[in-house]
Amino acid sequence: MPYTEKVIEHFKNPRNVGSMETPDGKSTEGSPACGDMVSVYIKVDDETKKITDIKFESYGCASNIATGSIITELAKGKTIEEAKKISWKQASEELGGLPPVKAHCSVLAVEGLRAAIQDYEEKHGLITEKVPTTTDVVKKRLRHVMNPLTGLDVVRTELIKDIAVDEGEVKVDVDLKEDHQFAAAIKEDIKEKIEPLWDIKRVKVKFSG
Amino acid sequence: MTVYLDNASATKLDERVLDAMRPYLFEVYAVATSEFGYSLGIEAKEALDTARANIAKRMNGNPDELVFTSGSTESSNLALKGIIKAFDTKKSKKSKKHIIVSTIEDFPVLNSAKTLEKQGVDVTFVPVDETGLVDIEQLKESFTDNTVLVSIQHANQEIGTIQDIKTIGEFCSDHGVLFHTDATHTFTRVPLDVTQIPVDLVTVSAHTIHGPKGVGALYIKEGTPITKVMDGGFQENNMRAGLENIPGAVGFSKAVDLVTDKENQQIQNMRDTLIDKVLTEIPHTTLNGHPKKRTPHNANITFHYVEGESITLHLDMRGFAVSTGSACFSRSLEASHVIMGIGGDHERAHGSVRFTFGRFNTMKDVDAIVTAVSEVVKSLRDISPLGKSGGD
Repeated sequence: MPYTEKVIEHFKNPRNVGSMETPDGKSTEGSPACGDMVSVYIKVDDETKKITDIKFESYGCASNIATGSIITELAKGKTIEEAKKISWKQASEELGGLPPVKAHCSVLAVEGLRAAIQDYEEKHGLITEKVPTTTDVVKKRLRHVMNPLTGLDVVRTELIKDIAVDEGEVKVDVDLKEDHQFAAAIKEDIKEKIEPLWDIKRVKVKFSG
Repeated sequence: MTVYLDNASATKLDERVLDAMRPYLFEVYAVATSEFGYSLGIEAKEALDTARANIAKRMNGNPDELVFTSGSTESSNLALKGIIKAFDTKKSKKSKKHIIVSTIEDFPVLNSAKTLEKQGVDVTFVPVDETGLVDIEQLKESFTDNTVLVSIQHANQEIGTIQDIKTIGEFCSDHGVLFHTDATHTFTRVPLDVTQIPVDLVTVSAHTIHGPKGVGALYIKEGTPITKVMDGGFQENNMRAGLENIPGAVGFSKAVDLVTDKENQQIQNMRDTLIDKVLTEIPHTTLNGHPKKRTPHNANITFHYVEGESITLHLDMRGFAVSTGSACFSRSLEASHVIMGIGGDHERAHGSVRFTFGRFNTMKDVDAIVTAVSEVVKSLRDISPLGKSGGD
């Protein structure tokens, strides 16, 4: 069994499951690469900016469900600024560790929480205007693409050889062979992270390992 | 007690198979020698050839047309690469070689084809329809003057769809093209007669029929141009080097004998009951594969709005072993190429579960798995953002 007892426990009895009729912030994050999806709903106290209630739903595998569960426990009662800082690493540690290859599916819950907070901020006028996409913006997004070999992101594990942004087109050069076991999954994940950027029309992923 | 419903992956060894093998592990353990060797070696050789003849007979082939291997993977590698190698060494007029395989072949054929493609062989990956049947018109259209080999499985490993290998074989034969079929998931369960179906090479294995792991065979019709791919000694009529696995061969032969029509019918009844119950009792389910043309032991069902690894893990904790085509479950994080190949999307693969029956299953297992899967799917749908747990 690749999962810790705590992962299994949260998988069997996930906490804070469900949806909300009138959430203050909500999000649905999905990974086309592995197919998992997670929705997060939050209630925020406008005065204290504390998360007073949180719910999640998962269309995913065991690590996706367990991470969704632990993340709601970690976020409840925290201010949105504190909750934003909850990382995948922290969630994973709380669960006694997750298999690296599963980082993919479990990171979604963390992103879901952040996106729900962002949704709250946008709705409450707490977000500044759109910034144009630069290689730094792309790099920052790629930090959410997991390298399934290690469970760490593709930037940190130096899988990204080059990033170019030109007239609405982003080119990403990945240091892996095209027929690598995980090439297709990584490519889909990269596209999914970059394509939503407001000023990007095309994303090209090249493998030159 | 585990209720084991993953018999397409591996099966429990039948004790009668072990009993048949035992003498060749502890008494007649010698290498198979020539008739001029010592008695123990001659006895070993006789056992090997008796097993060979018996397995060949099950598909109506001649004893000298069967080569023992380490299993399906090696058999299919030998078939595809050995044929191409033979055409290479023949300095064939066909300078450029072309082969045809389906998009839903199991990995030994699929990846052998991809390797050959990198080595300069033209490969056509012919698509299948939504039930998993190869598009025969497209297959015929893809023939070129350079086509040397067609490899289409007898039935699919995941969805159980049985191909029309008679029509395909006849077309190949009419065009002087060799035909290989991977019969790993049909041998003894679905009839195959090499005198009725024009087929030149057939992959079979013991591991799917309660035989030992690590032994399979490749049927090679007499006169087929093929060159061995693994160097070593001159065993297996100089087609497969390496010390013969005599206990394995004897076990394989015994396993073949133990599969009867009656057993196949019983297995099919259990499978049919499972499909009926699941599709009627659990909402939002889809049967993957062909409704009729499928192996007797295979059911593959997508449970919409839930993910396969979550289903299999919950079932595992309740004592059931099944498998899924979900990307989360796979080593490559890629969704099943078979489900995608039949035009399914990620969603369809995501919640797909394969149930495969074997000799040691009972109708009680069917009732138990239907109850368990119904509860598990309901609880997962309750937490799914797409979930619709009740009726429609």
